[in-house]
Amino acid sequence: MAYVIRRILATVPVMAVVAVIVFLLIHLSPGDPAALIAGDLATAEDIQRLHVALGLDQPLWQQFFLWAGKLFRGDLGTSLFTQVPVTSLLAQRVEPTLSIAVLTMGLSIAVAIPMGVLAAYKAGTWIDRVVMVFAVLAFSVPVFLVGYLLIYGFAVQLHWLPVQGYTRLSSGLWPWLRSLILPCVNLALVYIALITRMTRATVLEVLHEDYIRTARAKGLGVMPVLGHALRNAAIPIATTVGVGIALLIGGVVVTETVFAIPGIGRLVIDSVQHHDYPVIQSVLLLSAGTYVLINLLIDLSYRLFDPRIRY
Amino acid sequence: MRPQGKHEMSDTTSSTRPAGASAPASSTPHAPVGANAAIAADAGIAAAIEAPPSLRWRWLRKHPTLILGIVLLLLIAALSLAAPWIATHNPTAINPLQRLKPASSEHWFGTDALGRDVFSRAVWGGRVSLIVAISVAVLSTVLGVALGLTAGFVRWADSIIMRIMDGLMAIPDILLAIALMAVIQASLSTVILAITIPQVPRVVRLVRSLALTLREQLFVEAAHAIGTRLPVILVRHVLPNIVTPLIVQATFIAATAVLTEAVLSFLGVGVPAQVPSWGNMMAEGRNFVAVAFTVILYPGMLLALTVLAINLMGDGLRDALDPRLANQL
Repeated sequence: MAYVIRRILATVPVMAVVAVIVFLLIHLSPGDPAALIAGDLATAEDIQRLHVALGLDQPLWQQFFLWAGKLFRGDLGTSLFTQVPVTSLLAQRVEPTLSIAVLTMGLSIAVAIPMGVLAAYKAGTWIDRVVMVFAVLAFSVPVFLVGYLLIYGFAVQLHWLPVQGYTRLSSGLWPWLRSLILPCVNLALVYIALITRMTRATVLEVLHEDYIRTARAKGLGVMPVLGHALRNAAIPIATTVGVGIALLIGGVVVTETVFAIPGIGRLVIDSVQHHDYPVIQSVLLLSAGTYVLINLLIDLSYRLFDPRIRY
Repeated sequence: MRPQGKHEMSDTTSSTRPAGASAPASSTPHAPVGANAAIAADAGIAAAIEAPPSLRWRWLRKHPTLILGIVLLLLIAALSLAAPWIATHNPTAINPLQRLKPASSEHWFGTDALGRDVFSRAVWGGRVSLIVAISVAVLSTVLGVALGLTAGFVRWADSIIMRIMDGLMAIPDILLAIALMAVIQASLSTVILAITIPQVPRVVRLVRSLALTLREQLFVEAAHAIGTRLPVILVRHVLPNIVTPLIVQATFIAATAVLTEAVLSFLGVGVPAQVPSWGNMMAEGRNFVAVAFTVILYPGMLLALTVLAINLMGDGLRDALDPRLANQL
């Protein structure tokens, strides 16, 4: 229990550092942030008004605590471009992004773990080599290129799936799923490559251990042996899944652009073009928070995988 | 060409380290894995160096991925270095009458939406990717080594540096790079900076963990005991022992950098649009996917080939220099 509390408390400094980095971001830019936000056509008066509105006339540390205090009360500020509170802007955009993330992760784990185990079990054979070649290739081809290849093949040429766009879950399960198949397959490829490589490496190591040899010697079938092995390989695999969350969030930005999906990733890109800093800052905080939270949950779940671990 | 470079690298490694350094380290029963691995790798290279030339070539032949990666990379590098002679057209010359044409004997890769020659642009674009790859790898390694060694050897700085690195790592790479590009003027050097910053924590973590194990090694303690100053210890005794994993990691960072540059340009926040980079070519081509898929296909394939070559080289280097790194990198 003490460990659980310590682990939860350990997330506090990380998030505090994230908050400082995110806050300092707009002050890093050479020149006046207000002038940057206002754009090229702004008058001196506009810039002055923005100065007061953003609190830029106060000392830096005061600005930070004012901003952080608002964050604690759940106030992420107001979008400079749309004049809508950032929280409601994010709420509108969260469904597509969450759908992509969850489906992609599920698909990746379902494909990558069996593939990694198979490659480890058949290490050195052509099956292993095919799996590893796929893993290296998936790491090397840009996500968006594969995305356009998928669109070109399955939507433009074959007409099996919609070219682009997103259908909300409220308009039916199948239309929703149909609009997500290509983006999720696209994004999953990199993630599958990552988890497959890790699964293969860990399972391969476990397969050399004595208890596996014993299990084999007493005549246990292939599947139960692999089950034994997988359970002991679970922790590094789970860690990789957690570390890969950052990769997944970054990938969502690209996939949403390729498939014209109005999610949070698309929101970031639009906000960059509009110099809409409160939105950019909020998305950074949100994704860092998600990353920290998921890794916390994974760390805490180690005991489920391995009862030998005592805190 | 390449083996020569490695030869030099490891040569300095073995000559700068005191002669007896690896012996006490590997005979310590509880020698930590990282340092041990690095030392074992050194021994492997040393064996290869002292071997007659024929054996050295056999050692290379045992690592086909390394050779394949290096050959591919050299080809791509030669192609983009020779861009002024190879390019058949001016890469920025617009020809409205020849828009989105398929490949022909006049335009080998076809033309883009403004009638520019895709082949010439692709050849020139390779330069941007290679500059980004090398700069990001070098810059993040230098910064990462400086911060990582400080964290590993200066106790009070350790927790400060590592907390900042934890915070940086919590923000997804691409998002951090996008956010940085939102506040700085887009140019090749700012893109390099924006890609470098998210990579630095990875190097810092690696260097710090290696430094922590090296700090306890006898040869480092001995140097301390005879009053060698810390900077001298770091440069003469510690740095040579972390070179191997650093080179492998720098290779993987180079691959990530090429991909990230393309992603940033593709999202419209990368190098300025008039620069013919592979990412920019694909960004411009994406509105014409249904009409002229080739506009994004050729630069995309060249980019994928480059990243593949760097990744193969990284995998090969890792397996050749130190197979034990496989679980860490």
